[in-house]
Amino acid sequence: MILRILEEGQYEVPDEVLDALNTLDDELVAAIEAGDQGRFERSLAELLSRVRAGGSRVADDYLGPSDLVLPPADASLEEVREMLSEEGLIPG
Amino acid sequence: MGLMRRLSMVFKSKASRALDKAEDPRETLDYSYERQLELLQQMRRGVTDVATSRKRVELQAEQLQKNATKLEGQARQALEQGREDLAREALARRAAISTQAVELKAQHDQLKGEEAKLVDASRRLEAKIQAFRIRKETIKANYSAAEAQTKVGEALSGISEEMGDVGMAMQRAEDKVASMQARSGAVDELMASGALDDMSSDSDPLQAELDRVSTGSGVDRELERLKGELGASEAKSLDSGGKSGEDEK
Repeated sequence: MILRILEEGQYEVPDEVLDALNTLDDELVAAIEAGDQGRFERSLAELLSRVRAGGSRVADDYLGPSDLVLPPADASLEEVREMLSEEGLIPG
Repeated sequence: MGLMRRLSMVFKSKASRALDKAEDPRETLDYSYERQLELLQQMRRGVTDVATSRKRVELQAEQLQKNATKLEGQARQALEQGREDLAREALARRAAISTQAVELKAQHDQLKGEEAKLVDASRRLEAKIQAFRIRKETIKANYSAAEAQTKVGEALSGISEEMGDVGMAMQRAEDKVASMQARSGAVDELMASGALDDMSSDSDPLQAELDRVSTGSGVDRELERLKGELGASEAKSLDSGGKSGEDEK
């Protein structure tokens, strides 16, 4: 699977890593729903470091889209909420 | 649904909406390519802007360091002349400057990080634009209406994700730089107001007082020195301050 960490780039992540990532992803969603910034930061940091450790960087000139997209490492909970909204932070 | 999938869907829906708008998918390719080049230009300007802010913070930090060094010297000079009040004043100002210096250091590190991130992102974007240009020409050369939509869609989806990412990165970097500029503007204001006096100016009242004391108190100083030699305990510390001050010169 191709996974993008925003502001960092794309990673190819083997399928066996995905289960662990999904668990952390659920944790991240729970943190956002609870509006818990500390918990959000911890799970995001953990999730991103798992991607970096388990995945390998995709070549810069790779043109394909990503299957999954992750917020930038320094994103705030509020920013992620905005990204998910229609008019959100993502231009285009 | 997880966050990772929802975010990827936000990007994908933006890309497919752009494609739906075009009558001839090939136009979308050219249009997108133009926007990619514009974005790359913006990106390079963004890098320059961040670098400019970083340099400004560096200059401020240098100025603060100079002032701190000068105040340290003034404190020493004041002690040599037995003016603990002036020394205290100089050290208090130096402490205020140190606080600002710590803040500037943090800003500088953050700006350096932003700069590196934007440089990396523009390198990636450039590589993708080149790959896109080649793909675009291939699609146009072998154009058949039946498959154009799919092929154009494939070519566009990845690059539009990249463009969305880069566009957002630039926006966030600009916001961060703007808030830092506001803060470093505050340092300039503090300097202007005298709270963090710009010691390079000639009108430094602390220095004026020190100069006055040092020219007018030759006798006093000799007196203090003599007292010190006689072992008066209070004068003793002043005397040792004087000696180390002279070593500095």
